[in-house]
Amino acid sequence: MKNEFNKTKAKYAIFGVLFQTFCLAANFSVILFLVILLGDILIQGYSTLNWNFLTSYPSRFHDKAGILAAIVGTFYMMLLTAFISVPLGVGAAIYLEEYARETRFIRFVKLNIQNLAGVPSIIYGILGLTLFVRFMDLGRSLLAASLTMALLILPIITIASQEALRAVPQSFRLAGYGLGLTRWQVIQHQVLPMVATGMSTGVILALSRAIGESAPLVMVGALTYVAFLPSGLLDSFGVLSIQIYNWSSFPQKEFHALAASSIIVLLAMLFVLNVIAIGLRMYFQNKIRGINR
Amino acid sequence: MVENKESSGNLLTQAVSCGDRSKVFSRFGQRPSYSFKERAIRYTLRSFSWTTIGVTLFIVSILFWDAIELFRQYSLFDFLTGTKWEPFGESKKLGILPLVSGTLMIAIGASLISLPLGFGTAVYLTQYASKQMDSLMTPIIEILSGIPTVVFGYFALFAVTPFLQKLNGNVELFNATSASIVVGISCIPLVSSISAEAIRAVPLSIRNAAYAVGMNKFNVVTKVIVPSAISGIIASFILAFARAVGETMAVTLAAGASPNMEWNYFIGIQTMTAFIVQISLGDTPAGSMEYYTIYAVGLMLFLITFIFNMIATTIIKRYREIYK
Repeated sequence: MKNEFNKTKAKYAIFGVLFQTFCLAANFSVILFLVILLGDILIQGYSTLNWNFLTSYPSRFHDKAGILAAIVGTFYMMLLTAFISVPLGVGAAIYLEEYARETRFIRFVKLNIQNLAGVPSIIYGILGLTLFVRFMDLGRSLLAASLTMALLILPIITIASQEALRAVPQSFRLAGYGLGLTRWQVIQHQVLPMVATGMSTGVILALSRAIGESAPLVMVGALTYVAFLPSGLLDSFGVLSIQIYNWSSFPQKEFHALAASSIIVLLAMLFVLNVIAIGLRMYFQNKIRGINR
Repeated sequence: MVENKESSGNLLTQAVSCGDRSKVFSRFGQRPSYSFKERAIRYTLRSFSWTTIGVTLFIVSILFWDAIELFRQYSLFDFLTGTKWEPFGESKKLGILPLVSGTLMIAIGASLISLPLGFGTAVYLTQYASKQMDSLMTPIIEILSGIPTVVFGYFALFAVTPFLQKLNGNVELFNATSASIVVGISCIPLVSSISAEAIRAVPLSIRNAAYAVGMNKFNVVTKVIVPSAISGIIASFILAFARAVGETMAVTLAAGASPNMEWNYFIGIQTMTAFIVQISLGDTPAGSMEYYTIYAVGLMLFLITFIFNMIATTIIKRYREIYK
């Protein structure tokens, strides 16, 4: 009897060790993938990454090609996208969390936002192509692309802002109402100052998704051969992600190195945005924790 | 919770004491301020939240409208059951099954990587890892999830494929394996973060009860905690599958553009998303039959991902309510 028990125990001990090893291995595989991915790109793109590359326009000759137009285009698109989507997304979140009652319709709106966040980006590309490029006749312009991107990240911003708003203790709002403030005064003076950092984390992460996204831009037509900087909303433009796609699909090997260099630039931009976002989030969490204490 | 809520004290005290948020809000919502500013702000914000419904309506109506245009010229039945996808040239064969099978190949291949690894990572981080490890891994997973798909495509084409070709000479330049691998890697953060959230939602009391009856850690994890969180974990699997179905740039770059139904992971295939990109890169005139195919394929893609997402969000919502 005792022997039997020990056997079972030993069996489970082995399973336990195996399972823990598997989980540990999965964890380290994530680190490994990231290291290999970043290392490979750094090795392939390091040699062609220089000042000339950053300040030149695209060219048919690999030694003259650069990504100035793409960097500037990405930057403009990010600003314009933020300008459109942040008020919409944050406003929708404020309405859903602070104003709306839990009616069936509001539940439907919330569910719909969840689902929109899962719609593949290429579908937004089709939407942008049909609605903005063709129907509203904006052409393959900076404005059309930014509108498309804004719709793409709208649900992400809304969900992140909703989560930030939910973290504010209810007693804060009630204290405001108790002093006779109106709904908007409470939001403006109590809630928003508290969640500003938390919301900006979500907004920055959403924007970093927008500058890395390329499928919708292929549809609405960000060009790769732009030898000028966009000067107006209706100008055509290029972005980094499309430039990377384009150079990767070239047959010549030299352009692949250029693609890797562009990836380094893109990842550096994303990294800066991410560091800002994570810093803001830590600040926000400490603030909320301090209040709850 | 107080039983006789209606009779005890004023509304605010009640609400604070029982933390019933919806009650306070419903009462305040009934008496909103009617000043112009308040009303203007409220209506503006409300219209913003309705925008999201508008987006969905636009997506659905545009896809349906233009897909119907295709089915006026090509029978819906042939579209859904045809096994040949030859959209270019004079005699078109528009059977979507090769594209669907290509998409499924990538989604299944990617799931083979992302589901076990994402699940393992989530269990490790929530159950075994030290605090330092957890705070090290969270940003790493976030960085991985923030890497653009086009970068994964580049990685598949110029790092994974050459490696596979070294292992096996039969692997073509464009193949389904390397695309599946990178799509799988890109989905790991999604699986691990949602699974970890589900596991963290399991109340500590359940875990402690399991230890109290003398179970060892392995049994507590696999027989108590994981089963308690299983709905959230399955939801994360479904979401990852849907993400892999909708994945675009990596498969466009790495998996090629040769629609077929051979289920051979060493040769090139084409997914629905890659086809849409292919059409929109070429100069297809608006109004031609090729042009309308992207709406039909897009509609198919939208419906598939929408159903999966719907199932997953419903499951997630349910488990959140269970452990509230």
